[in-house]
Parts: sequence; C-alpha cells; structure tokens
Amino acid sequence: MNKDIMVCGVGGQGTVLASKIIAAAAMREGNTVHSAETIGMAQRGGSVTSHIRVGEQSYSPLVPPGSADIIIAFEPSEAVRNIAYLKAGGIAVVNTSPVRPVTESLHNTGYDGSKMVEFLKENCSCIFVDSDEINEKLGSAKFFNVFLLGVLAGSGKSGIGKDSLTAEIKKFVPEKFIDVNLAAFEAGYEKGTEFNADK
Amino acid sequence: MKEYVMGNGAIALGALAAGVNVAAGYPGTPSSEIIETIAKHPHEGTYIEWSVNEKAAMEVAAGAAYSGARALVTMKQMGLNVASDPLMSLAYVGVKGGMVVVSADDPGPISSQTEQDTRRFADFARIPVFDPSSPEEAFEMIQAAFDYSEKYKTPVILRPTTRVCHAYAGIDAPESFAAKQYDGFEKDPGRWVIFPKLSYKNHGLIEQRNKDIADDFSGCKFNFTCGPATEKAVVASGVSYAYVKESLKAFPDIKLIKAGTAFPFPEKFMLGALEGVKEVICFEELSPYIEEQILKLIGRNHLGIKVRGKLDGTVPHNGELSVSIVTDILSDFTGISADKPADISGIPPLPVRPPVLCAGCPHRASFYAVKQAMKGRKSFFCGDIGCYTLGNAAPLEMVDTCLCMGAGITIAQGLHRADKDAVCFAFTGDSTFFASGMTGVVNALYNEADMVLCVLDNSTTAMTGHQPHPGTGRNMMGNIVDKVDIAKVLEGMGVKKIVTVDPLDYPKAVQTVKECADLPGVKAIIFKSPCIAIVKSGKKCTVSDKCIGCKKCIREIGCPALIFENGKVRTDKSLCTGCGLCAAVCPVNAIGGNANE
Ligand SMILES: Cc1ncc(C[n+]2csc(CCOP(=O)(O)OP(=O)(O)O)c2C)c(N)n1
Repeated sequence: MNKDIMVCGVGGQGTVLASKIIAAAAMREGNTVHSAETIGMAQRGGSVTSHIRVGEQSYSPLVPPGSADIIIAFEPSEAVRNIAYLKAGGIAVVNTSPVRPVTESLHNTGYDGSKMVEFLKENCSCIFVDSDEINEKLGSAKFFNVFLLGVLAGSGKSGIGKDSLTAEIKKFVPEKFIDVNLAAFEAGYEKGTEFNADK
Repeated sequence: MKEYVMGNGAIALGALAAGVNVAAGYPGTPSSEIIETIAKHPHEGTYIEWSVNEKAAMEVAAGAAYSGARALVTMKQMGLNVASDPLMSLAYVGVKGGMVVVSADDPGPISSQTEQDTRRFADFARIPVFDPSSPEEAFEMIQAAFDYSEKYKTPVILRPTTRVCHAYAGIDAPESFAAKQYDGFEKDPGRWVIFPKLSYKNHGLIEQRNKDIADDFSGCKFNFTCGPATEKAVVASGVSYAYVKESLKAFPDIKLIKAGTAFPFPEKFMLGALEGVKEVICFEELSPYIEEQILKLIGRNHLGIKVRGKLDGTVPHNGELSVSIVTDILSDFTGISADKPADISGIPPLPVRPPVLCAGCPHRASFYAVKQAMKGRKSFFCGDIGCYTLGNAAPLEMVDTCLCMGAGITIAQGLHRADKDAVCFAFTGDSTFFASGMTGVVNALYNEADMVLCVLDNSTTAMTGHQPHPGTGRNMMGNIVDKVDIAKVLEGMGVKKIVTVDPLDYPKAVQTVKECADLPGVKAIIFKSPCIAIVKSGKKCTVSDKCIGCKKCIREIGCPALIFENGKVRTDKSLCTGCGLCAAVCPVNAIGGNANE
C-alpha cells in the first residue's frame, strides 16, 4: 500500500499520539512506514504537523506537497495552512472549532475559523466535525484525537483496518482509559461511515 | 522484530548494539531523545548521565574511552561549541575505546540560535564525521562510527540533522545487548598527557592517518552511486539525499552520488563517481561542505566539470531544503519541467501562532513582577536560553537581549559598564544556571558588578523536554541524590542579598524586586515555582459577571487561557492551571479561583 497521511493542529492538542497510533497500525498490517513529528519550540502553542508515509517508495521523511491522501486537521486554520500538501482528490477531516492564538485576543482580528471552513468547502472534499459538540458528548476533551481516528477508519479512506487501529489504541493509552477511548473511537467510526462511499 | 523508533531512538539502539559502556550528554533539540531512549531500554552495563553541560559530558566520555570503554556523548550543534575545548585537544590525544560524539544540526533553524554545520567542526578538529540520511542509516552509521573510532583511535562524530533525528522508522535491533568488555585505564603519560611535543608529533600522524581513513571511507557502504551514467549528475548528503530520491521520481533517470562521510573526504570514491560527468549539482543543507571538496578535487585533478550548488547561487545557503526546492532546482538543471501541484489561490489570512509561554507558566508571573516593579525606571532585561526566552513576546516584552546559554548574566554586567544609570537584570533558568551561569556570577562578584540576577527555578529543564538537572535531586541512573541548592551555591560564592520568592505570590514578588533593585552590588532573586507540566493544576480561575470587559488581564499578561468573547473575558478550562495571576491583575476583582476565594 502507498499512502501519505498528515495530522496537523496546534501544540498541545494531542496530534502526536494520533499520528503514532496511525503509523503503528499501518506497520501492524505489514507496511513499511515512516513518519516525522514537530518537536521543540513550536510545541508551545505553535502550529504542529505529523507526516505519515506508508509504502516502500517514500524517501523523504516529510510528505511532499500535493501528495497527501488524507489530512486530519485538529483546527480549521491548520487545515488551510497545510492544504498544499493535499493531493487532487484527497480528503481532509477537519475540526471546525477554532483555537485562537494569544495574539488574536490582543489584536482582535476576529478570527473564528468560519472563513477557513468556507475556504475548505470550496477547495477540497472535507469531513467536518465539531470538537465542542463531541467533547460534550464524550464528557472530556481528552478523547477527541481518538475520535478522529475513528472518523478516519469509518471513512475507509486510509486503507488501514479498524482492528489494527483499535489494537494500537489499546497499546498506546493508559490501561484505565482504554474503554473510554474505544467508545470515542466507535463514535468517530460511526461519523466516518457517513462519508464512506463503499458502504 | 522491528521496533518503530525516532531517528534519535535508532541512534540510541545503534549505540547499545555497539556495546556502549558510558553515555553522557546535555539536552538540546533535536538530540535529547538519544540519552532518554538508552535510559528507557534495558541497558545493563551501560552507565548514563545528563551531564551539567556539554563540556562536562565530553570529558566524562573521554575518560571512559581512555579506559578502553565505548563512550557516547550527545548534544545539539551549539553544544559542540561549549565542548569544543576538550574536543580540539582530544583530537590530538585520541582514545582507546570507541568514542562517538553525536552533534545534531538544525537546518532552518527550527529550535536553535545558529545554522552552524558540524561537518566543519569535524574538519577543523581533523576527526571523521558520518552524515546519516535516515534513521535506518543512522542506526548503522553509529555502529560503524564506534568501529572506526576504535580502529583509528580517534573520537568520531555522527552528525544527524533535525529531520533525521525526529523522523520515525522501523529498526531491526537485536533482542538484547551486551556492553563491551574492556581492560581499564593504563597509566601512560606519553599518551594521555597533552604537551606541545605530543601535539606536534600527533598532528603529523593524524594527517597521515586521515588519508587512510579517506581511503577506507571510499570503500564504505555509506558512499555509493545509483542511476545510469549520465553527463549531468546529482550529489547529495544527509537528508537531502532523501529529498533528491523523492524528487527524482518526477525525472528521467540521472546519476545520483550519495556522500555519507564528509571528512576525511572520500576522494577516490568521488573521483570514480565523477567519471564521465560534465556537470554536477550538490544538494546539502547548512554549508557547501561537499561542494567545496568537489571543487578542490576537480582543481587538483584538472577535471573540466562544472559544479553547481550553494556557491554559484543555485541552492539556498540558509534554511532547510525540501522536495519542492529540490524539484524546482532539478527542473532548471535538467531542463525538464516536473509535474507540480497546482497553486492554490484565495487562501484567507491565517492566524499567526508564535510559540508562547503556557497558561499558568510561572515564568510569566516572574517577568510581570519585574516589569511592574521597574515601571518608570530605566532598566535592561537580559534574557537567556530556555522557555523563558518566550518572555520576549508581547505583551510582556521582557527580553531585551538573548545570545547563548549563560550569556544573560555576563551581558547584564557589560550593559551596566556602558550605561551606569540603568538597573540591569539577568534572567536565567535553573538548568542554564548550572550549565553555564555560575561562572558569570563569580565574575560579577569579583569585578564588583551591579546587577539583579533572577533565577527562574521551575525545577526542570522545560524547553528541551523536562530533563532532570543537579537541582532536581534525580539522575539518569534512577537514583535520588542530594539536590544542589541554588541559594546555597550563591551564598557560598558570596552573594550578600539572596531572596527566594514564589512568583505566583504577586504582591510579595513585586516588593522583593523593588527592594533588590535599590541595593548596590550583586543581588539574587530565586523565583521558585514548578513548571506546570510537572505538577497538577490548582483550582481553575473563573470570571464572574463583575467583568467589565476592559481586557486588562489579556493586555498585561497575555495568558493563552484568557479568551475575550461577547464583550467579556472567560477562561479556557482545558488550559487554565489556576495560577491566579490574572486575578491579581483584574482591576475590579472579577476573577476568582485560587487567588480570590
Ligand atoms: C549550548 C547549548 N546547549 C543546549 C541548548 C538547548 N537548550 C535550550 S533551552 C535549554 C535549557 C532550558 O532549561 P532552563 O534553563 O531550566 O529553562 P526552562 O526551559 O526550564 O525555562 C537547553 C539545554 C542550547 N540552546 N545551547
């Protein structure tokens, strides 16, 4: 299998765990996998991206522009920031709830994510989810990243099996949180199947 | 089974596979996870430490290598500046057990002050350097580096860059590791004591030996060519090789020459690879090192080959390379235009996200206390390296200078010499204080400086990922040890006025700063409050109806947990730690939580 997947968001949103689970699940299925993370200064509230490359023929640790099959964006403007990586016909899973930078509260530019969502609607195929709504249902903001993995699996676009993802979730999250995480994954899976053309 | 690890993890596994006995380092992005991975793996027979700084780490490793042990020392590129004194001399003395220096470069730079190139350092010190292009290759290279080091009795450098350090790959590491057996230190003053005579003699031998290493490198697997014999060829090293491989998918086959060992330059290999080539382009990050070696080679051998790269302006000198940059340049070089993704127009303005101090970060409170205390007085704020460098951003704007680790303390002294009527402050983190701050304080005392030293003691090395340090009372062997007490260190040096204060106790913090600013000589304030990432949050702050929407809290302290919405401020519960600084700032007492209840 050959797939390029990007996960992006703002430092502190839990993108790294999501990316590690995707990579591990793809490996579990016998694929050659490479990935790359943003580590360092930018983790303090800056823009962060994870690049996951599945397949023998991927050399660069970073996804080249125009080749991502899927972008999972934890924040709408981060989806737009990385839009050039999406390939024609690729799909973006986007959280519509914005993270306002501190500079925004200071300068009041009115950023609320809506222009980003409009732009994305016009320029690529997207699965939109709203973390505020979902976190309320899940009772915490802690499981949103795993919810997004569920959406990814449900959409059928990643080529990575549901069982591989859940097996890795069980490995990566602390024992006592496995059940809530699996519930979050199932909720996401259901959401994702709405967009699965094969179903 | 394959283990899926970060490039730094691959380097760590490689070192373990090579039987490393002693691993020492000082944290620094992108190198920190090497020591951490060794610590997390079973490592019987391997001693590990976070040293107090890179110079100490280099010397600890050298001592071990004198004894025949295999020693690893890790740091980021600027760490090699700090460790250069021992390294330069060690290059003359040499080692007995294999010693590998990992110095991670950071093109971009992404998390560094400089875009320096460790390959230049290797050349400067006349010691071999390996330049990995991927985590897989880094795993193999570090093992080869240990072997070369032992074979030629010299320290060897492995120079990964950020994209190799932070890339993940599946590594086939052995199930278990065995640390090397070694004899122990044998006294031999003619070998281990550096004197002018020894340096003179060894200098000659080293240059001779480097010719042998260059020949050895010419035959090693890290230097190879691929593709057909074309008249135009591409040379690449490090992660640029990966970018070129990726980019070449869009071009007809062309000769690709991979250079994995920069110094001593594998001339024989390169001469062979360049046979039949008329024009060559070099892709490498940071400095045009390989490009210069090729130019030399062509000059000495009177070859008519045109060389393109950084020196003729084809490839940018600064910043990272990428698949896009390489593709654009290759299109021009080959005259074939590659398919490129269509440009996307109409992208709305994106919010800027500079990194910021976390919500509840005690550094914010320390800076704010000093700022308020010094309002209306001429004062200079010398910053330093760590999370607290982020105190430079609006609205705090409390970092007037920042140079290199430990420099804030001494720059404050220099500013004061030149500008007597300003109150000069130096801010230093606890890890930075131990790494290179202490000598600056002694300098201030001895030379009768006037300054206020602010130690921002958050009980960790936060910026680089929360490593322990001498003030934390934990070490990398998992032992609880006596904490080195910063106040006592200062007292022992002879600082007369030392106050330890909780920066989150706002009125007291301001009072302390005012008091210290008025005294002559060297004064020290230790702002002590743990990093929010290592302690549980307190009761979150809440904003009541009393909020008049003046935004003073946001304008004054810029905490990311404060959000202005519908004419009022609210707190983001997922970020707020309940530090209460906003409550102390609010003019109408609208904010409750830890501080106001
Ligand atoms: C010579 C050198 N070595 C290492 C680093 C990497 N580095 C950046 S910040 C930092 C230490 C920060 O710790 P501390 O002073 O305690 O401040 P904190 O981040 O905890 O606020 C280090 C080691 C560097 N920049 N320069």
